[in-house]
Amino acid sequence: MKKILVLFAHPAFKRSKMNAALRAAIEDLEGVTFHDLYASYPDFLIDVPREQDLCESHDIIVFQHPFYWYSTPAILKEWMDLVLEHEWAYGSTGNALAGKISFQALTAGGDITNYRAGGMNMFTIRELTTPYRATANLCKIEWLPPFAVLGIHQGLSEEECIQRAEEYRRTLIALRDERLDLDRAKECEFLNQDLDAILKQV
Amino acid sequence: MEQFLMQLFIFLGAAVIAVPLAKKAKLGSVLGYLIAGIVIGPFGLALIGDIEAVMHFTEFGVVMMLFLVGLELKPSLLWQMRTPILGMGGSQVLLSFAVIAVACAFVLPWQQSVAIGLTLALSSTAIVLQTLREKGLMNTSPGQSIFSVLLFQDLAVIPMLAIIPLLATAGVHAEAHHGPSLFDITALPGWMRLIVVLLAIGLIYVVGTYASRPIFRAIAATRVREIFVATALALVIGISLLMTLVGLSPALGTFLAGVVLADSEYRHELESDIEPFKGLLLGIFFISIGASLNFTLIREQLGLIGGLVVGLILIKGLVLYFVARVFRMPGNARWMFTFALAQGGEFAFVLFQFARTNGVLPQGLTQTLISVVAISMFLAPLLFILYEKLIASRLKEATPERPADEIEESGRSVILAGFGRLGTDLGRLLISAGIKPIILDHDETNVDVLRRFGFEVYYGDATRLDLLEAAGAEEADLIISTLGDHEKSLELVKLVQKHYPNLKIAVNAEDRKAAFEFMDLGVNTIRRETFGSALTLGQDALELLGFDPYEAYKIRRLFRKKDKETMPELYQIYCEDLDTYRSMYQKHNANLVELMKKDREIDMEELDKAWTAANPET
Repeated sequence: MKKILVLFAHPAFKRSKMNAALRAAIEDLEGVTFHDLYASYPDFLIDVPREQDLCESHDIIVFQHPFYWYSTPAILKEWMDLVLEHEWAYGSTGNALAGKISFQALTAGGDITNYRAGGMNMFTIRELTTPYRATANLCKIEWLPPFAVLGIHQGLSEEECIQRAEEYRRTLIALRDERLDLDRAKECEFLNQDLDAILKQV
Repeated sequence: MEQFLMQLFIFLGAAVIAVPLAKKAKLGSVLGYLIAGIVIGPFGLALIGDIEAVMHFTEFGVVMMLFLVGLELKPSLLWQMRTPILGMGGSQVLLSFAVIAVACAFVLPWQQSVAIGLTLALSSTAIVLQTLREKGLMNTSPGQSIFSVLLFQDLAVIPMLAIIPLLATAGVHAEAHHGPSLFDITALPGWMRLIVVLLAIGLIYVVGTYASRPIFRAIAATRVREIFVATALALVIGISLLMTLVGLSPALGTFLAGVVLADSEYRHELESDIEPFKGLLLGIFFISIGASLNFTLIREQLGLIGGLVVGLILIKGLVLYFVARVFRMPGNARWMFTFALAQGGEFAFVLFQFARTNGVLPQGLTQTLISVVAISMFLAPLLFILYEKLIASRLKEATPERPADEIEESGRSVILAGFGRLGTDLGRLLISAGIKPIILDHDETNVDVLRRFGFEVYYGDATRLDLLEAAGAEEADLIISTLGDHEKSLELVKLVQKHYPNLKIAVNAEDRKAAFEFMDLGVNTIRRETFGSALTLGQDALELLGFDPYEAYKIRRLFRKKDKETMPELYQIYCEDLDTYRSMYQKHNANLVELMKKDREIDMEELDKAWTAANPET
């Protein structure tokens, strides 16, 4: 059983229905450590050794956050700036994260028609998240496409919310139990695009 | 009594008139005193009587000065200076002695030549140190070299006093034998003398290291200021007596005592207590030197004395320049070293008299030599001005190298007034940031405990100007007042604003009204002492009530910002209230009402602003 670290960043969490649902769906899972960065470091004074320990003691790192300005909330950037140290995360002797799996679990207002060439946001989510992909590459991390909940702007029904939260839970369980076909997953636009297709049959 | 007061009045009056004039003419205070002395002396207005007695008494100023110098020299620092003291000092004294003695030997018997050479090798500690301090050159590297030489000279007086009687050619005068009244050390055999001397020095060390602290603490606890002053004076005088008793120089003894006490928390207090006495005594001492210039004799032997003065300054100058070269001082420092020390010293008066009474030097020659030394001392401050005008300024133009060297050292110095609960944490924070504050506290038990933990804490009332001065307010960048007593704190702010307009001020205010009073004085950096904890505790409360920690944190920050914004407005209301009569109670209430009104206006919308885009539910 793999261990999963969810690094959660939301500066106004109490107003986010979707993130609350996602969080509720996975928080109690065995093997999952849910870590709320804004609650842990309201003044942004990140405890670097503690964060590095957390990373080292888990196999899969999930960055769960709303998609702000085609990127992450500020604290995640701060986290990366401070925690991903040279000769720890990268560099000739920096192998602390090598071989781990990482992906983003993001929620965005626009829908799939906004995120494409010619759409309102000009680029696809996959294109816009390339900095994370490049970071994973530098740190020798096995990168996976994001788990995405799009179109929140238009208002998701209660049903849809529950469905997405359930997908999130299934994704993490599959990863934890090593039942996800990583090679096929990498070719998807989103991890949750067709979950059944990338699950290994038992 | 009237006679005494009259004399005192003349001395003080002369100083009061002459020193400001001399300062105005950029001549320095020493020259002012000397000129005042000439004016009121027997060859001027002839206002004063027994100059020699005055000079003898006020010589004590030199002793006090060395005590103060010692206070500023920690033992470790003194140890670091051992090479310049022995090397430069030793070679200066030996070379000057040799050259002068050889020159004299052409016309005088060798015994007299030796006595004169020894005596004239000395320079004037009083004049040179006073001048250096006044010009702020004490802590420069040539200043330290000069001080080292002077220190060695003061040490050298002791063997000189032993050697001179051996040079006697004429019969010993009856007055020569004036041993101390308590007991006469010269009656003891040599080895016993050595033991007594060592015991005396040991006593100073033991008293200074172990006994002084509890004594000072007990005295400080009485909170009677003059008793502390009395203790300080008694200490200096006691040591002087002890030193005289065992045949050592009192100046040297008090210097040692000063060094031993340099680490003490009462250092600044001692400094500021002794300082005025030293200043006055030294001033009168300089006046008496001026007054003792025998113009009749000088007129009669104008050629001889003039030649000797020039010769003395030239010989000493050459030797000094040579020593400076050998010790590889840079150009500028070499010249300062040369010009500063090329004169005779006040010890010469003592030593020449001593030589005369011991039958080494004849009466007439002694008089001539004393005049020579006095004139050279009179010229010393002038020589220094000459150095500044001619050489220092020229060298500065020629070599504009590293002029800002010394700013580094004094940079970032902070005086922390008050070291209670608030001051302690503040001090810890500063120390953790690599800034070592100079801490002034008025609670002697506090001071004691904190020093044991390695804080630089000094005992004393921070609202005393002399203590601020001693703590280095002139060079400090910032003073922080965390005094518990609001009135005292206001007093401190006013004092600092008046005397150190460049010193930045930060204060702790006990409440809003106190803060307003600081605002009245124009202080900008004010923190209300319980405000920070109130807000932090508020944040904790919100978290315990289930608020998101980041939200609780933001509420605190936002509240603080809003509170700061309402301060000027509340201050306005406070100022208006001062004009209209209201009871204190009403005032407090009105303030509170106003405050609450303002709080209700605080708009927490800002809290969510950044994240309320079109998709509030992301």
